[in-house]
Amino acid sequence: MSNMKRRTFLKGTLAAGAVGVAASTGLLTPRTVLAAWPTAAFDAKTVSDSLKALMGSDKLDGSDKIKIKAPDIAENGAVVPVSVETSISDPSSISILAEKNASPLSASFNLGSGTEGFVATRVKLAKTTSVIAVVKAGDTLYSSGKEVKVTIGGCGG
Amino acid sequence: MASSIKVRAKVSGDVTTVKTLISHPMETGLRKDKKTKKPIPAHFIQEVTCEHNGNNVMTALWGGSISKNPYLSFRFKGGKSGDALKIRWVDNKGESDSLDAKIS
Repeated sequence: MSNMKRRTFLKGTLAAGAVGVAASTGLLTPRTVLAAWPTAAFDAKTVSDSLKALMGSDKLDGSDKIKIKAPDIAENGAVVPVSVETSISDPSSISILAEKNASPLSASFNLGSGTEGFVATRVKLAKTTSVIAVVKAGDTLYSSGKEVKVTIGGCGG
Repeated sequence: MASSIKVRAKVSGDVTTVKTLISHPMETGLRKDKKTKKPIPAHFIQEVTCEHNGNNVMTALWGGSISKNPYLSFRFKGGKSGDALKIRWVDNKGESDSLDAKIS
């Protein structure tokens, strides 16, 4: 066990996150998880920090070409369906953030060249919050938000 | 052995709509076990990829705030009935699963 911990620690940037997870799970796989997973972005505590870590910028252009479908009132904060659709051409990614979650970044979807500007999933919302969709096209980050009221918080609290 | 991934992919015109449901606890690491009061360790899918005929169509990067037994839907152009789709996920523990499916 301590042998595996040492190997992981030596693996560099992923070390901090990996050791933290390993310490709490008591489990370690020698295989590096994913070089591509943006740990800093998912750990960030504000929308601004999440975007800076994920996209390199938190500058957002409001857009009316982004439609967020989510319930006005979510009965169960643990399972809130959210879909984002955009008519902005050539979106390279769509990200979903929940402003009042402890770590606002929920998901980021990188879209292939023939992939449409549409994603749907279900997220956990800790409390009533604005759900923010960020669409990246070219170098610009477009965004829109929708307020979702949450009656029972979604993080097991 | 049953896959953790269920997928439906339907093509209409040039657009294929993919809907997938994955069995996974998606633990945030913030919940506490009610009896022991110890935190339940984080265990969530970090990446989901979808390939169409070998080309990456979508990569989803997820955190623990995606709901348990995650649902995902997206659409892409250029698919035809019978084309191969591959959905794969990897979680923070390094566990993974994948499923080969066909566009119907």
